[in-house]
Amino acid sequence: MKLKSLHKRHNELAYAKRQLEILSNGIFQNGDLLKFKDKIAETKQFPLRPKKLEVLQINVGYMCNQVCAHCHVDAGPDRQEIMTRETMLQCLEIIKKTEAHTLDLTGGAPEMNPNFKWFVDEASKAGIKDFIVRSNLTIITSNKKYHDLPQFFKDHNIHVVSSMPHWTRGKTDKQRGEGVFNKSIEALKMLNEAGYGMPESGLRLDLVYNPTGAFLPGDQMSMEKDFKKALLQDFDIHFHNLFAITNLPISRFLDYLIASENYENYMYSLVEAYNPTAVANVMCTNTISVSWDGFLYDCDFNQMLELKVNSKVKHISDYNEEALLNRDIVISQHCYGCTAGAGSSCQGTVT
Amino acid sequence: MQKTYYDPADLKKFGNISEWNEELGTKFFDYYSKVFEEGSLSAREKSLIALAVAHTIQCPYCIDAYTGDGLQRGITKEEMMEALHVAGAIRGGASLVHGVQMMNKVNKLDM
Repeated sequence: MKLKSLHKRHNELAYAKRQLEILSNGIFQNGDLLKFKDKIAETKQFPLRPKKLEVLQINVGYMCNQVCAHCHVDAGPDRQEIMTRETMLQCLEIIKKTEAHTLDLTGGAPEMNPNFKWFVDEASKAGIKDFIVRSNLTIITSNKKYHDLPQFFKDHNIHVVSSMPHWTRGKTDKQRGEGVFNKSIEALKMLNEAGYGMPESGLRLDLVYNPTGAFLPGDQMSMEKDFKKALLQDFDIHFHNLFAITNLPISRFLDYLIASENYENYMYSLVEAYNPTAVANVMCTNTISVSWDGFLYDCDFNQMLELKVNSKVKHISDYNEEALLNRDIVISQHCYGCTAGAGSSCQGTVT
Repeated sequence: MQKTYYDPADLKKFGNISEWNEELGTKFFDYYSKVFEEGSLSAREKSLIALAVAHTIQCPYCIDAYTGDGLQRGITKEEMMEALHVAGAIRGGASLVHGVQMMNKVNKLDM
């Protein structure tokens, strides 16, 4: 387990430019595989255009208590990028006005932002229908000051979405770090006790599954069934839905793919599983992603690749939903990750 | 002519067998996909059976395919190895159970 981020290690893959080079060279340069742009052009889906804005996703910082092997954010305790209160105030202005029905806070561990609770408190007043916080679970048990999070989430009617790569300790700890499984189970029990994830409860608790290696996720419904059965049998834990998410070949997962000599095969499997139907519903068509420093992106992955929106409006301070709708979505070969099989998004499959 | 009998890239060309006999190829693949559908046995259980059989018939294509399939389904390496031991036990048992035949023969012929 690597305990430092790529950034801290000054690894070349910490740089977006280098990642984009890799994603455009080799098999995509010599014509073995079609570039994403050409692939979607086959079904006349290029340029990719946004539809109605439904999800406003805000990344409040890259700091995290975990250093997961596959993290596309390259998050970790050593990351210093944290959204300031000033940028949060700018976000709040937009949250009050947006047409989006879903507000989605992510990170890093969003709870580690020192202004997290204040921000959630303020944002929840805007009355957005679905207010998601992506919690890594272990943060809840990591420190006494976070133990009240389940109650805090409940008080603000937060929809909790948490990562859980497998229902067994071995596979979970391998991806997310030693001891993560036990702490996650403990946190899930705390959430269940607060009413989260219980069969008839309105307090939504969904889990995110992403593969623990160089393979694509299986069928979301079957995985959900297996997760539910195992977590209930082994730990008496309940949750609502499982979102199966494909690992995109960027950042630490790209580093893993290259180091394990799986990169080419993985890209082949993504391209082979390309599903044109998924293209119509990829999340960048209904999402705007805001970074810790207030810049705007088509999705969290583009944010990590530093591919800002192709619009005059590039920052939350100039936010204009109508102008943003009139843009071409920025794409590269990592986008194959969202169009493979049943498709993939922060809300799971898209078809 | 390639220098080895097996090439991993050939697995992806499995469907090409229909080119030389479309009727039977199509029937086979229809049957194949129907077999692996969720039924009285779950698709997950069928995947583990396929993995065990793949090792029994020692088919590198099938081992490749059903190891990957198992990972995608969240099947653990412990479950995979247990399934292989079932195959191993049946294989070993199949040899050893014939020992009774050997014993019968020895008992008949030997004084």
